[in-house]
Amino acid sequence: MVNAGLTTIYLAAEEGAIHAGTGGIWSEWAGLMLIGPMLAFLVIVMFGKRMRYQGAEVAIGVMAFNLIWSTVLLVLNMGDEGVLYERSIEIARVGGGLVFELGWMVDGLSIMMYWVVAAVGLAVFVYAHGYMKGEIRVTFFFAALSLFAGSMLVLVGSPNLVQLIIGWEGVGLASYLLIGHYWEDKENSSAAMKAFYTNKVADVGLIIGVIIIGVVLGSFHYWDLAAAAAEHSDLLGPVAVTAAILLFIGAMGKSAQFPFHIWLPDAMAGPTPVSALMHAATMVTAGIYLMARTFPLYQELATAARPWMIAAGTITLFGMGLLALVVDDIKRVLAYSTVSQLGYMMTAVAAGGYTAGLFHLFTHAFFKALLFLGAGSVIHAVHSNNMSDMGGLRHHMPHTYRTFVIGSLALAGIFPLSGFWSKDEILATLGYEGYNLVMWIAVAGAFVTAFYMARAVSLTFFGEYRGHGHPHESPRIMTAPLWALAVPAVIAGLVNIPGLKLPLIGSFTSWLSVRSVSMGDHHAESIDLGLAAAGLAAAVAGLWLGWVAFGPKAAKRRAERDWVEVPGLYPLLRQKYYLDHVALGMVWTIRSPLARAVNWVNDYVIDGVVNMVGALCQGLASLVYRGVDQRGIDGVVHGVSYGASGMGGLLRRIQSGRVQQYAGLLVAGLLLLVVLVLFVL
Amino acid sequence: MELFEIWALSLIVFLPLAGALVALAIPKEREEAVKLWALGVSGVTLILAVIVAARFDFGAAGRFQFEVDLPWIGAIGANYHIGVDGISLPLLVLSALVVVLCVIYSWKHWDEPHNPRGFLVLMLILATGMNGTFVALDLVLFFIFFELVLLPMYFMIGIWGDRTMRKIPGFKKEVETRLYAAIKFFIFTLFGSAFMLLGFLALYFKSGSGGLDPTFDIPELIGRGFLFEGTFAWLVFGAMFLGFAVKVPMWPFHTWLPDAHTAAPTVGSVLLAAILLKLGSYAFIRISIPILPETAREWAPFIAVLSVIGIIYGSLACLAQTDVKRLIAFSSVGHMGFVMLGIATLTEVGINAAIIGMVAHGLITGLLFFLAGSMHHRYHTREMSRLGGNLKLMPVLGGILGFTAMASLGLPGLAGFWGEFMALLGSYQPLPGLSTDFFRTAMVIGAIGTVLTAGYMLWMLQKVNLGEPSSEWAGKKFHDVDRYEMIAWVPLIVLIVAVGVYPKLVLGVTTDAVVGLVETAFSSVLGG
Repeated sequence: MVNAGLTTIYLAAEEGAIHAGTGGIWSEWAGLMLIGPMLAFLVIVMFGKRMRYQGAEVAIGVMAFNLIWSTVLLVLNMGDEGVLYERSIEIARVGGGLVFELGWMVDGLSIMMYWVVAAVGLAVFVYAHGYMKGEIRVTFFFAALSLFAGSMLVLVGSPNLVQLIIGWEGVGLASYLLIGHYWEDKENSSAAMKAFYTNKVADVGLIIGVIIIGVVLGSFHYWDLAAAAAEHSDLLGPVAVTAAILLFIGAMGKSAQFPFHIWLPDAMAGPTPVSALMHAATMVTAGIYLMARTFPLYQELATAARPWMIAAGTITLFGMGLLALVVDDIKRVLAYSTVSQLGYMMTAVAAGGYTAGLFHLFTHAFFKALLFLGAGSVIHAVHSNNMSDMGGLRHHMPHTYRTFVIGSLALAGIFPLSGFWSKDEILATLGYEGYNLVMWIAVAGAFVTAFYMARAVSLTFFGEYRGHGHPHESPRIMTAPLWALAVPAVIAGLVNIPGLKLPLIGSFTSWLSVRSVSMGDHHAESIDLGLAAAGLAAAVAGLWLGWVAFGPKAAKRRAERDWVEVPGLYPLLRQKYYLDHVALGMVWTIRSPLARAVNWVNDYVIDGVVNMVGALCQGLASLVYRGVDQRGIDGVVHGVSYGASGMGGLLRRIQSGRVQQYAGLLVAGLLLLVVLVLFVL
Repeated sequence: MELFEIWALSLIVFLPLAGALVALAIPKEREEAVKLWALGVSGVTLILAVIVAARFDFGAAGRFQFEVDLPWIGAIGANYHIGVDGISLPLLVLSALVVVLCVIYSWKHWDEPHNPRGFLVLMLILATGMNGTFVALDLVLFFIFFELVLLPMYFMIGIWGDRTMRKIPGFKKEVETRLYAAIKFFIFTLFGSAFMLLGFLALYFKSGSGGLDPTFDIPELIGRGFLFEGTFAWLVFGAMFLGFAVKVPMWPFHTWLPDAHTAAPTVGSVLLAAILLKLGSYAFIRISIPILPETAREWAPFIAVLSVIGIIYGSLACLAQTDVKRLIAFSSVGHMGFVMLGIATLTEVGINAAIIGMVAHGLITGLLFFLAGSMHHRYHTREMSRLGGNLKLMPVLGGILGFTAMASLGLPGLAGFWGEFMALLGSYQPLPGLSTDFFRTAMVIGAIGTVLTAGYMLWMLQKVNLGEPSSEWAGKKFHDVDRYEMIAWVPLIVLIVAVGVYPKLVLGVTTDAVVGLVETAFSSVLGG
């Protein structure tokens, strides 16, 4: 669905005809938000151990600074004009007319991301300060958290695709460091590797995509990409679909789209605050962000790429949600839930729902961070990740219980919590764009979502306690962030209710819409009551079924946790569709037979030839020596290789302490040569 | 300061050699004095190189500066012609820096049979050879410096190298690893050099046709490029290719490298990786391409194929290694594959990629070999199956290893990224006339190579750095990074980050020179 308005927006923007505020010093120095966490990383690594709170104070302080700064920008951007500012510093001219730049961008999309990263980041950092008390390597943990947030900000603040890659892989590195925090266990370091590596594979797509765009346009700038797309540039046209699909492959890695999602559930190996950050703000949203940033490309030129994206998104949203039904680890339930919700966002953006996808990203950040932190609080109390060791915790942990339920309802999409509005917007967009089948799958996905969350809440907080010891509520430093996140989880949806424009605040749509990359998507003027009701009904049905199947009564009836083990389906889900087996098989093939074969070729084929030549020469030399000239025309014998024995003898003598004489001889010989050449010739 | 302009480069080249001579006069027992002397000499050389860089006219990076052109061997028209431009300056500074760091590192780290004086003398001679190669603008001079490098390295490997016995297929007796490696290194390179010399001589004689005086002067030969064409040029390029390709080393001429690296003492490995490998790729940019541009276009696809094979092959071979040092050595095959792929595109971006790739590889792989050496020094083994939990036993060393491995796998924001990224960037659109489809295929395969690179680096980290230390090391005390190591490594770390964040540090010097080179060499296809 191409919106005619888009071209006009870009062309007008290029001529400077769009009216937008610059944001004053808040924009001019917005780069501080990118640099701050990076500096915090360095400072904590170098001096953290000597600090009172082991570096946590630096990380938290910087995040608080970022939150204040980005809040100011958010407010400035709510006005009628909005904010548009961009600053780039050349870091190299590389020839071929290409330039690499670093800088920052302040516009609706990036401001929203700055704010989400800072808000979720601050909550998680504060929580982590409580959660990590007494753990090993706390200092490095906070350093890596800062790097994580900093890389994400470099990514979302970037005005060009090269800086995006820098932030992109920085995020990957930080995730590697954090997932592998307890690297003494091989399982954890393998999970860290899996995350980094799966992303690295997908990054091949991103890098080649960026290269194609950069070479073809002679610029890596989003602005030029958007303008070229808007003008249906002849240069970009022929490669647009290829480039778009390649970028999308990169996005599939970071945003865990099928079949690249396999790393995300294993990423649970890191401490829980890491998961909260990763699933809400700093990692998995990067792919969605990239798709939004390069939206004009998909909207105008690469429309042929969109069916593929929608297919991947739809498989992800439904298929991965099902996996959350059969796992026992509470964090894995949430992880598969994230994968599924990312599928919603990707599907929405691919279908043309720019605002819808980002709106879901926005609300999801709060309730998913809340749910992970809640899960962390529970794990902290019962010392187990498994729901089979939980149960009945609502009495022991009232704050965690209440906030977790709020988060679950928001995720399930219950009116009027935030998730309801964003999911409804996605459904509405899919319907409007004519993807009816996908829309109904998404409704079914809402049912699944509600179902697994009801199961998780029931198994965790209701029934009898099945674990060991006495669980207790977490300290206030951990529960306070829970409540702080519960507030936006409830109300964040209000900023984008169709047809409602709040005074002063405006709407989410308007935040994103005025300027640089925007739009051209449909935003409903009024709510489609029928569709909203269908989505809500699916969610309520899911909750009800989950409650019936896994609630306290059901638990009393059956000791077995999983309600129905459908033959065929259940093992398939338990084995995660066997995708891990496929991936492992590929890695094994490269690691074992292939690498060994290459090494064998190296040692026995290529080197075999080399050694054979050496041996032949040696044989020939001794033949000549013995047979032809017993007394020796030395020149011949010393030829190519009198062989290891001759040289060895020489070396043995040298090593016995007379090296310097030989070195001296060498120097003298050289000098003699120079002198001869200079004066005699 | 006219005087400085004239003498600077000659001092940078010959000061180490003179220093080596003087060092021989110091009694062997006075080790501290020898070390201080070597440090002083290499330090002054570095300072001179830095001053040259500071006084370098960046606005005219394409021109040779600090140039000296004196008659030398009148009979054959060889001149003492030296100078730096934007292409050689970064490599010259790198070379001067790495030698200083090697001197500092070796302060307390001596491989058997000890003898610091002999070792340092060799190192200084090596410095003359390396610095000389980067400034030589005359083929005879170039050849002498290029070959001069061979001997000290041969002795370093042969004397201070690994003494374990090794069975070589095809030979009856077992030999010491160091002897095998040293001889292999020597003969391999000599084999290439013979062809290279042949190529140089052919150029010399051919340059005399048409009533001109034959010359070895590189800029002069570039101007006479029109004389070299057809089969003659093709063969000459091939002869020089053999010489340079062995040094790089390109697949399949690389097999001396893993052996030499594994057997060499730590500092030898560092110098080999950081500087010696660059001599070959530098020579392609300095000699082959500008003098024989038309032929370079014919050879480019072939070079690209070997480069890409090197990338994939090197990475796969890494995955099969059990010895840390051998793994790093094979990683060089892959990384130099990217450098050569960049050169093969014959584009501004590609050749720029090659230079920044060389600098980055020098910094990163040099540091990796330092680290491997220090680990070997402590564990007395390089077998990865016996290592593990290094990060626990030595947090600082392990941390630096992690950092360097990340740099090596091309993490954006660190130096290694730009060389790889730009090589791929150049491959997307090679010089007009070269097959785009062909080079784009090479680009995709190269990009897959980056994934394999990440694979073996992460795997190495997991094996060596992570996990619990094996029981073999339980209860043992390990000294974490000592002062000398720190002083030697910190400059490399800082530069890896600095070049990564601000590649202009290198590209700011090179770009104009590279653009000039490409425009001059390929003006016919670029259309003015």
